[in-house]
Amino acid sequence: MNSTLTAFAYLFASVLFIVGLKMLSSPRTARRGNVIGALGMLIAIVVTLTDKKIIDFTLIIAGLLVGSAIGLVLARKVQMTGMPQMVGVLNGFGGGASTLVAYAEYMRLGELHTTTSLDVLITIPLSLLIGTVTFVGSMVAAAKLQGIMTGAPILYPFQKQTNAAMLAAIVILTVFFVMNPAQWYLLIFIIVLSTVLGVTSVIPIGGADMPVVISLMNSYSGLAGATTGFILSNSVLIISGTLVGTSGIILTQIMCKAMNRSLGNVLFAGVGTDYSGPAARAEQRTVVRYTPDDAAMMIDNAQSIIIVPGYGLAVAQAQHVLQEMVSTLTALGKTVRYAIHPVAGRMPGHMNVLLAEANAPYDILMEMDQINDDFQNTDIAMVIGANDVVNPAARTKKESPLYGMPILNVDHARTVMVFKRSLNPGFAGEDNELFYGKSTMMVFGDAKTSLTGLVQILKK
Amino acid sequence: MSESLIFSISIFVLATFVGIEVISKVPPLLHTPLMSGSNAISGITLVGSLIAAGEGFGLLSTYLGLIAVIFAAINVVGGFLVTDRMLAMFHRKPSSTASDHR
Repeated sequence: MNSTLTAFAYLFASVLFIVGLKMLSSPRTARRGNVIGALGMLIAIVVTLTDKKIIDFTLIIAGLLVGSAIGLVLARKVQMTGMPQMVGVLNGFGGGASTLVAYAEYMRLGELHTTTSLDVLITIPLSLLIGTVTFVGSMVAAAKLQGIMTGAPILYPFQKQTNAAMLAAIVILTVFFVMNPAQWYLLIFIIVLSTVLGVTSVIPIGGADMPVVISLMNSYSGLAGATTGFILSNSVLIISGTLVGTSGIILTQIMCKAMNRSLGNVLFAGVGTDYSGPAARAEQRTVVRYTPDDAAMMIDNAQSIIIVPGYGLAVAQAQHVLQEMVSTLTALGKTVRYAIHPVAGRMPGHMNVLLAEANAPYDILMEMDQINDDFQNTDIAMVIGANDVVNPAARTKKESPLYGMPILNVDHARTVMVFKRSLNPGFAGEDNELFYGKSTMMVFGDAKTSLTGLVQILKK
Repeated sequence: MSESLIFSISIFVLATFVGIEVISKVPPLLHTPLMSGSNAISGITLVGSLIAAGEGFGLLSTYLGLIAVIFAAINVVGGFLVTDRMLAMFHRKPSSTASDHR
């Protein structure tokens, strides 16, 4: 195929990517949008395969088959709770591919004995840096989320300084490389340093902050693709890489805003605890304990209910029985909706996916800004497996680590019902005043057991 | 600065604006599929990998290209399929065929 036709085909693929992403703006068109994006990818691949430069197809076909098979298995087997790790791993592979392509391109240029232009000489090390950090950083983040590694921040003295020193070393190596591009080992040093940097920049970040890291790595994987596009002067790589880069940055900002933290604070402060949760507070305060029977009686008399799910719901695998309860109550003519905090799951939008899997219709999945003013007219706010996102300390207690974080106004509802395993504080380690409030009913126990009991009573 | 670099930078800057425009319209409801779907798109590095693996420039370059093809194909195929699986679960009415739980 001639190069003009190739260029137009790449342009067409880029347009399909943009249209596909645009269709993600509504759940009605989203699935078709994804297919259109995939179609764009198919066109880009087919056009590339007709490139005259390609002389041997055996390895390409083998590689495509192996990679596709692994991708297929991963996509089918992964559980919805494991989606953050999945996206992390996929990000990583994208970054890894960028590194490999950048190095292969360097070798090609060397064998061609061309006097390489300055731009390419600068973008090759840059691509190696971003690609490698994305690959290693994503894998570390995925290992943390999967529990292979501890979720707690790993801190050591002069962490920031050593990271900065490594980055500076990479810049210096890049300068030496540009001055004499025949020194291939400089690139190897850059890859090694980037690998270390990928590890040391992610390990100090706590498990609770992983949504931010995954979003940021998403952005890096896009930038890695874009820099590869700079090396190859390939517009489809630059366009799609940049789209993904911006997407990741926007999501990172949304997550930081929802936690009222700056990106710098998330990346360097080492905030957060392990998933096992900190020990309960020593101080003894009394809360009123209720049983599922008491809760059922209250729910029976209520007209409007808002459910606030947290990640604890998914840990207890209780989302299916919860949705069963919602369907039962809706059938009885009650207004039941979900209020979803931006950081309710382990990645942006995670809780929505978990509830959609449990068959919850998406038009009752409300975002915080849509529903926060409705709590005051609501009979019951049911908090299940959530803690920090409903902690009033975020509004009032200036010294609290949660202070300033936007929260769901559950305390404005007539009755607050909290389903919780114990009084342990959440990720932020902050005690929750809500549990001791006058209008609060605490139902202790495993969320799944409690809700199953509740559904049985309600169905009678 | 070479002309091709200036051209690349222009595309990069314009694509940033398109990206902000398009992505900020995606509701939080769909942020997870957005991440996995855009992730699949970033597997476009596959295009570069294919050329590296098939050009026949030296053994090392070819094998690096091969690994790159495998990595990028995992990224692309896994990303699009898992996104489709998630988006298939979003219904307005609770479906009777309690969606597939593979």
